[in-house]
Amino acid sequence: MITAEITHLFFQQYWWLLVSLLGALLAFLLFVQGGQTLIYTIGKTETERKMIVNTLGRKWEFTFTTLVTFGGALFAAFPLFYATSFGGAYWLWIVLLLAFTLQAVSYEFRSKAANVFGKKFYEILLFINGLVGTVIIGTVVGTFFNGADFSLNMLNNVTWHNETRGLETLLNWHSVSLGLSVFFLARILGALYFILTIQNENIFRRSKKQILINLIPFLICFLSFLTYLMIKEGFAVDANGTIFMEKYKYLHNLLDMPIVLASLLIGIIGVLWGVLKTLFGKNNYEKGFWFVAPGTVLTVFSLFAIAGLNNTSFYPSIADLQSSLTIQNSSSSLFTLKIMSYVSLFIPVMLALAIISWRAINKHKITEDEMNEKNGKSY
Amino acid sequence: MTQLLLNIDPVLIDWSRAQFALTAMFHWIFVPITLGILFIIAIMETVYVKTGNPEWKRITKFWMKLFAINFAIGVATGIILEFEFGTNWSNYSWFVGDIFGAPLAIEGIMAFFMETIFIAVMFFGWNKVSKKFHLTATWLTALGANLSALWILVANAWMQYPAGMQFNPDTARNEMVDFWEVLFSPVAVNKFLHTVTSGYTLAALFVIGVSSYFLLRKRETLLAKRSIVIASVFGFISVMALIFTGHGSAVQVAEHQPMKLAAMEGLYEGGQEAELIGFAILNPNKEVDNDEKPYLFKVGFKGVLSFLIDFDTKTYVPGIADLVYGDEQNQILPTEERMRKGKIAMNALIAYKEFKEQGNEEEAKLQYDILMDNYKHFGYSYVKDPRDIVPHVPTVFYSFHIMVIFGTMFVLVFLIFAWLTITNKIENFKFAKLLYIIGLACIPMAFIASEAGWVVAEVGRQPWVVQDLMTVDAGVTNISSGAVQTTFWIFAFIFTGLLIAEVSIMLKFIKDGPAKPENEGGK
Repeated sequence: MITAEITHLFFQQYWWLLVSLLGALLAFLLFVQGGQTLIYTIGKTETERKMIVNTLGRKWEFTFTTLVTFGGALFAAFPLFYATSFGGAYWLWIVLLLAFTLQAVSYEFRSKAANVFGKKFYEILLFINGLVGTVIIGTVVGTFFNGADFSLNMLNNVTWHNETRGLETLLNWHSVSLGLSVFFLARILGALYFILTIQNENIFRRSKKQILINLIPFLICFLSFLTYLMIKEGFAVDANGTIFMEKYKYLHNLLDMPIVLASLLIGIIGVLWGVLKTLFGKNNYEKGFWFVAPGTVLTVFSLFAIAGLNNTSFYPSIADLQSSLTIQNSSSSLFTLKIMSYVSLFIPVMLALAIISWRAINKHKITEDEMNEKNGKSY
Repeated sequence: MTQLLLNIDPVLIDWSRAQFALTAMFHWIFVPITLGILFIIAIMETVYVKTGNPEWKRITKFWMKLFAINFAIGVATGIILEFEFGTNWSNYSWFVGDIFGAPLAIEGIMAFFMETIFIAVMFFGWNKVSKKFHLTATWLTALGANLSALWILVANAWMQYPAGMQFNPDTARNEMVDFWEVLFSPVAVNKFLHTVTSGYTLAALFVIGVSSYFLLRKRETLLAKRSIVIASVFGFISVMALIFTGHGSAVQVAEHQPMKLAAMEGLYEGGQEAELIGFAILNPNKEVDNDEKPYLFKVGFKGVLSFLIDFDTKTYVPGIADLVYGDEQNQILPTEERMRKGKIAMNALIAYKEFKEQGNEEEAKLQYDILMDNYKHFGYSYVKDPRDIVPHVPTVFYSFHIMVIFGTMFVLVFLIFAWLTITNKIENFKFAKLLYIIGLACIPMAFIASEAGWVVAEVGRQPWVVQDLMTVDAGVTNISSGAVQTTFWIFAFIFTGLLIAEVSIMLKFIKDGPAKPENEGGK
């Protein structure tokens, strides 16, 4: 019996790590969303905007697919979270869904003849997706540390205790500060990606300026989020599955898991190094993206890790503490997690293929000439 | 305890169902083209790589662009479906998430990722990667799209025929015990094959329809004829497989969802030598509890329905009334009896949980056994009236017949087009103009048939969200009906806007035709 328990816990932790990895990759791929909010700020002429939209357009599906896979993995591994949060925080998820639905068509339709609503309309949709998508995803992750307003009955059916069905989360400053951090970081990543992939003097210069402009609010939001996270009470779980409040829980988690602490610190350093080198480095340094992107992955991965591992409730209930979800009480059965773990072996294969495809497409920078070719595929 | 007994607003259920139906049907406008046209494109590109003839590249790129316009919107609606299981069917998501979540996640990890990765190469890699790499990417995109379909259809099949699982009272959910049984359940296999071949058929008709437009306008005739050759042969093979798997699906329905079969045929009183209805007008006054005649007019074939189920005209097929009121002779329990057993199961589950909480293992074990003995009737505990297990018969009946009639006609369409293009007689054919018009008309007909198929599958299984285990009332998210009504209209508004834009872009693109050959050599 004890072995079975341990095995189940092993797979639950494994799957939480995988979900964390997908969440972390998603956070980095949100550069597409961040970039979408800069189309007009950085692109001043029609050709410049076309280059921006096209460099993002070649990657939007990666972000989208990661989001879908992230959702699918959560459903398969932690179905009670899926049922509780999606059904409970209804409006929050619907708003997020709409933001992504509208994005999916915008690249394809934007520059097509007879697109009914005009180019500008689809650009507005891209902007909305960039703003709403990033802020809400970040805020939802914030609820992992601040709790949500639900309770569960004997059959694990969810009741939500707030009429606004999830929108109340937008009033929690701590969760929102994470949402805004994601937004500003996505913009920084977006601008860095333009520098990396577009051959254009003006875009380079303006992107650099935007990195500086967004760095300041990012630092304010992220540091206040992180500082409060370290000093706040957290939702801990004991060996019997009883949830209780523990002072400095998330700080304890970091100290208890040195690898996670290292990952967080290296991540933050990576982000700052990439940004500062781009801003103040010599010879128009263009590769800052390749520091900030892995930095983002490591940072977000650590945040997920301290939310769910080390006897922590990753989706706490503020309405009924004992309804809180942990990776143990919300997971799939041992059998399903095992099956899914075989499937997870495909993740590295897919990542490798993604890298091959990414490199093949990004071999050369986007140039004005390429955009002006009549017979090429462009957005 | 009372909170476990359902008190769900029926208006909420209707709106939640309507919202899911709206999203699913809208999604299904775009998916079947994607599934099929990718193979057609891959075949065309293979010809291009083998022959090196630039005209084939031009043809490939033309259809690829149409695919791209269509693809984005399919993706956009697909994500809504995935999330809607959680947002609107949260109790369902928990009750079956241990089984249902896995295929969804596998779809994301294996199939959808593959599709996305190679689509990037397919769209943007023309001059960046070698011809062979590009061709491989195209084939792999097609494979990825079809693998996506596999997993989501496995999930759907499981709802129609829950296999490979066991109920766990401690977690109050069904848990997977045999993955292969879920994946290779005969319902899943048939559903997958039937659904993807319907997509291939539709895509082939789409290609023939658009090509017919060019022939009608006497433009791009070479592109049109070559496209028709490939599409009609591909379509003919597909539609034959479609009919074959359709039969297989019907056999599965007869075995696992007899009520759906009865509704498909409007069969109220069952028996041996059951009649297959070719076409009929249903009597709108007919209900399961009155003596009205079921049909106002019909063309039927006696014994054929029985024969189709297991090649024996004497096979007994239960009717709607038999399933509602029971048929002792054929060992069909009356629904009331199943409701009683369902309630026993539900009460045993509640008692089990209470005894467990008190630490009374012995009593808990007793209740567990009672629960398991009656579990196959569990969902009937949610049924309030035996007549509630009857789906809306006219919807199911007419959808089924439209699907079958159209599907059969398509066989002929493919044959004629294939013959006339392969022998290169199409332009001199006496009724060429009429044929082109038929080709064009087949596009909307294929969409209607395809959507009708889903209506049969999904309306036909009402009121079950999981056959015999959970009704829609029990699976729905507890939320105000006003909220769902609002999101329904938001979705309807957005979908309409997107559809208008997409159709407008497609029509303009087709009207303008493919890029001129002299531009060849670009990307």
